Amino acid sequence: MAETRNQIRFILNGSDVALKDVAPDATLLDWLRLNRSLRGTKEGCAEGDCGACAVLVGKLSAEGLVYESVNACIRFMGSLDGTHVVTVEHLRGDGEKLHPVQQAMVDFHGSQCGFCTPGFIMSLYGLWMKTPDPSNAAIEKALQGNLCRCTGYEAIMRAAHAISSYGKAAKDPLAVERDDITARLKALRDGARVEIGSGKVRLIVPASVDDFAALLEKEPGATIIAGSTDVGLWVTKHMRDISPAIFIGGLDGLRTTSEKDGVITISAGVTYTEAFETLSKRIPALGPLVDRIGGEQVRNMGTIGGNIANGSPIGDMPPPLIALGAQLTLRKGEARRTIPLETFFIAYGKQDRQPGEFVESVHVPVPAKGTKFAVYKVTKRRDEDITATLGAFYLALAKDGTVADIRIAYGGMAATPKRAAAVEKALIGKVWNEATVEAAMAQYAKDFTPLTDMRATAEYRALAARNLLLRFYVETTGTKAPFQVSRNEAA
Amino acid sequence: MNKHATPNLKAEKIAGGVATDQRHDSAHKHVSGAAVYIDDMPEPAGTLHIGLGLSKIAHGTLKSVDLSAVRSAPGVVDVLTHADVPGENDVSPSNMHDDPVLAEGKVEFYGQPIFAVVAETREEARRAARLAKIEYDELPAVIDIWNLDTVNDKQVTTPLILKRGDAAAAIAAAPRRIKNRMWLGGQDHFYLEGQVSLAIPGEDDEVVVYCSTQGPSETQHLVAHALGVPSHAVTVEVRRMGGGFGGKETQANQCAAIAAIAAKKLKRAVKIRLDRDEDMTATGKRHDFAIDYEVGFDDEGNILGVDFTYALRCGFSADLSGPVGDRALFHCDNAYFYPAVHAKSAPLYTNTVSNTAFRGFGGPQGMVGAERVIDEVAFAVGKDSLEIRKLNFYDPMEAIGERSVTPYHQKVEDCIIQRIVAELEESADYARRRREIGAFNNNSRFIKRGLALTPVKFGISFTKTEANQAGALVHVYADGSVHMNHGGTEMGQGLHLKVAQVVAEEFQIDLDRVKITATTTAKVPNTSPTAASSGADLNGMAAQDAARQIRKRLTDFAADKYQVPHDQVVFLPNRVRIGNQEVAFNDLVKQAYVNRIQLSAAGFYKTPKIHWDRSKGRGHAFYYYAYGAACSEVSVDTLTGEYVVERTDILHDAGRSLNRAIDLGQVEGGFIQGMGWLTTEELWWDDGGRLRTHAPSTYKIPLASDRPKIFNVKLTDWSSAYEPTIHRSKAVGEPPLPHGMSVLHALSDAVASVADHEICPRLDAPATPERVLMAIEWLKQEAAKPA
Repeated sequence: MAETRNQIRFILNGSDVALKDVAPDATLLDWLRLNRSLRGTKEGCAEGDCGACAVLVGKLSAEGLVYESVNACIRFMGSLDGTHVVTVEHLRGDGEKLHPVQQAMVDFHGSQCGFCTPGFIMSLYGLWMKTPDPSNAAIEKALQGNLCRCTGYEAIMRAAHAISSYGKAAKDPLAVERDDITARLKALRDGARVEIGSGKVRLIVPASVDDFAALLEKEPGATIIAGSTDVGLWVTKHMRDISPAIFIGGLDGLRTTSEKDGVITISAGVTYTEAFETLSKRIPALGPLVDRIGGEQVRNMGTIGGNIANGSPIGDMPPPLIALGAQLTLRKGEARRTIPLETFFIAYGKQDRQPGEFVESVHVPVPAKGTKFAVYKVTKRRDEDITATLGAFYLALAKDGTVADIRIAYGGMAATPKRAAAVEKALIGKVWNEATVEAAMAQYAKDFTPLTDMRATAEYRALAARNLLLRFYVETTGTKAPFQVSRNEAA
Repeated sequence: MNKHATPNLKAEKIAGGVATDQRHDSAHKHVSGAAVYIDDMPEPAGTLHIGLGLSKIAHGTLKSVDLSAVRSAPGVVDVLTHADVPGENDVSPSNMHDDPVLAEGKVEFYGQPIFAVVAETREEARRAARLAKIEYDELPAVIDIWNLDTVNDKQVTTPLILKRGDAAAAIAAAPRRIKNRMWLGGQDHFYLEGQVSLAIPGEDDEVVVYCSTQGPSETQHLVAHALGVPSHAVTVEVRRMGGGFGGKETQANQCAAIAAIAAKKLKRAVKIRLDRDEDMTATGKRHDFAIDYEVGFDDEGNILGVDFTYALRCGFSADLSGPVGDRALFHCDNAYFYPAVHAKSAPLYTNTVSNTAFRGFGGPQGMVGAERVIDEVAFAVGKDSLEIRKLNFYDPMEAIGERSVTPYHQKVEDCIIQRIVAELEESADYARRRREIGAFNNNSRFIKRGLALTPVKFGISFTKTEANQAGALVHVYADGSVHMNHGGTEMGQGLHLKVAQVVAEEFQIDLDRVKITATTTAKVPNTSPTAASSGADLNGMAAQDAARQIRKRLTDFAADKYQVPHDQVVFLPNRVRIGNQEVAFNDLVKQAYVNRIQLSAAGFYKTPKIHWDRSKGRGHAFYYYAYGAACSEVSVDTLTGEYVVERTDILHDAGRSLNRAIDLGQVEGGFIQGMGWLTTEELWWDDGGRLRTHAPSTYKIPLASDRPKIFNVKLTDWSSAYEPTIHRSKAVGEPPLPHGMSVLHALSDAVASVADHEICPRLDAPATPERVLMAIEWLKQEAAKPA
């Protein structure tokens, strides 16, 4: 067994912090505001959807020290071990001046009531450090998780474009101090397991994946927390007890992405942001989808493994991964098994996961050349919204133009992510043309009986889902005419 | 900011006077996290925290309320129920006695506060609140208004009727007639800072409440009422809010009262800050409306007569629903002259949260009804809606004739909508784009474009006459620095900045010599809530009055001391010319102090001219009107109903703007908020009356990526208030919000293309992708029917 220590250690702004007394459900936001009286970071929603509490968290990764915006309201203290937390109070320019991000927001009238502003500052700061001269699309993406009710955003966009005229990102204190912070963070990584508290207030940060596997086998009732974008709400909204909580987000062994023989393997702790480059490059249709999952802060924390493991019928990754024929590796102790992802979802709230077992990785085949793959997410609001219906389509045509293979999977249409078996059956072996597609569209009622809720009525879900097949057909014809509305192309 | 550099005594203009673009006075604090909101204030030692226990049913009597487990939960100090309210258990802002602080005997909506847990920490209070065992005897609940009878079903207050001419006869005699009904959803304020109050008990019956409220005087009055003490015992203070939008006009009062009651009872400071879900569940919103309309018109599209019934979902109590319904009727004309009109409101009781003020206060809902009627007429006569709009405008101010009287018999004397629309039509290139869109749609199978240009005329004044008054308090200290205070509250709109600019202008001193201070009932009494777009109009005038009193004393003093006529005392930037010499303002002030001149003044203002007789439906309800127009273009996916806004152009009238930078922000932000209301922001109650869109995960306000891809916003550079308002500026808080209608109508236009623009799509709001797709499906079916 690994060595243990009874405190979490991280850097807050300029100071080293070591905490022995940390509850598993203590959030970074409450700690900042209540324990440290750092009240520049605000609570707007306590569910990771408004960004008023955005802070930066610097973590060591394969690319070195990376700063990402996260929502402090659903970020647990236990997940901060070995990181650098940066709040709005840490921003500074030369001498007594405001930081370039701050000065641009002041000069371009980017704040009105000001309550959301520190969160916007932090999101823009994170963007500017990576992309000093961002496009409109890049700014909008970075701000998907930040709500402003006053400005209508136009002034904030103007400010965001102007930041680099106020200072150089390379000269920013966080860039200048990078080596120092990296060294300090490395020094915090002692390879020990963290164990704090007991009974109803117990948190554990395993030393390694093996340590985690062993722990979970012993304590199958523990709450596994990777990105906490879901578990965070169990605490802030449902006041559920999550002890013992095992924080796995920082485990290097769960943060790898690799490709072998045309299959991408994504470990369960890989965030959307970390997976984006590989997925969008190798399976281009997944890029725009990942860009519409949560906001930037959620993508920086949330993991693809978690999106699968929590078994939600409206998770956005399972349908496309099912359509692509993905496999899932589950692990219990030293034992592993690999199953088709599709079979993992048994019923609402029920997955094929044994006590003490965890999702270790997902294996995603890259579609072969000549095949077609698309995924369409339909929501009330374009970005940072939860799916009303989501359809994913994989198609392989035979030489004679008939459907050799097709896999269609939907989210939001049933109690689990689900294949459209009857629709597929109506298409397979048929010539891939509009008449075939129209005939198949009549089969949806056999596959799905969607529900009415606050996101959409059953009628709308059924109709839109059916129409997505037609959209897919049109896309496969290679038409130049527009077949969906686009945010980023000019009118 | 406010660094006391030596004032420039040679300046030709002061830094930061009126009609200059100034940054928000708190901008540097907003961006650095240093701006203090109520929850950021250091709590007094021993501060307790409140968690609310909310009703789990929509309507019923409280059979038993067992709070024993709550009381024994960790950290709990006390649990308050209605029995702990020392005064009247009511916070009704309309004197209707129908808004209990804590439910007594019955509950009337899902989420109504029944008890308040007071605990050592907020988390303990929230956890304990879940342990109550409450048994109800359920009663039938009315959730929706769509199927209610607008005459016979229960109403929360007296409806209003406006009539001019004989609408029924005019409609009956008209060559063409259309009668229909539309649905218009409500809206949550979604201020980023939720409801919050911190109450600190004082000596005797005193209490100070720091409260995120738009109406400190009303909060003070209602807290006193609930405590059973005179108003003089209660002080309410607010430096700034993290957004208000009407949601803190009356809705802050309940939390303030609960905190104050707990603080007085326990003799400790008590804070209440609602969780977002609780805030959205337990506090009121913009009213949803069902609008019945009947219009008679001729073949050209001239409206001859209209009849409206505006039914509104009020929730369980009156709150401000009466005046909200009134303002809807006041705007049922938008910018159009109706030769004959009959309009009535139906403020319907429902077992939902009590709806309240929200930027526009019913006015936008009124206008949406008017614009639907325009659309109906346009489709019926086969013309572009813009032509019908222009045909029916009120007479322009330079050529007032017969077509200038509103449904409430006020003459529209300042109509500039023609010029605004003409300029916008030109700058937005409406005609060319109209043609291009037609061509695009003919060649695009799935994606359809739509275009619309909608006008706004918005009445400025509280319709409650006594609310049109304001006070201010200005001190000039012996060093020449100025302390400025007034009854208005700051919620991001830059009110304090504008009023400070006014004061700086009066004294001719740089803006940074004027200190902006927190609004408090102890400095300026009996103020109106900062609402109805009135903030700068009223408080700017009151502060100007205060400053002028002091300036007059300084002038008198200078004339006397330097033995010059009064007209030889002239306030120049940072200095005063007295006869042939110039004296620094600061020096003159110092001299005045030494000579025992009073350097403090209370200012006052009441809006002239206005009067309103509700029982007769007649009056000069508004001091003036603000105008504007917006043109939006959208792309719609006819397979899913998804859409994007390609471009929006807005031309808005802020009169002679006090601060164009601030006003531009109001117009941009108001438009986006109005667009959100009419597109993605959907309130959805389940059959049990439980609001299911109670957090940003389910309630979708616009994001940066929902902005129009091209967004051109301009203020008119030629308009000036017709009446002598503060420096001839116009109110700009609410009037831009209805520009969001341009998006609704552009969507409607795109939808109409699937049936060759022959059928009015009757697209209801919010026009979610679902409503858009369903409207498309309906049109396709209608178009397929044999003629």
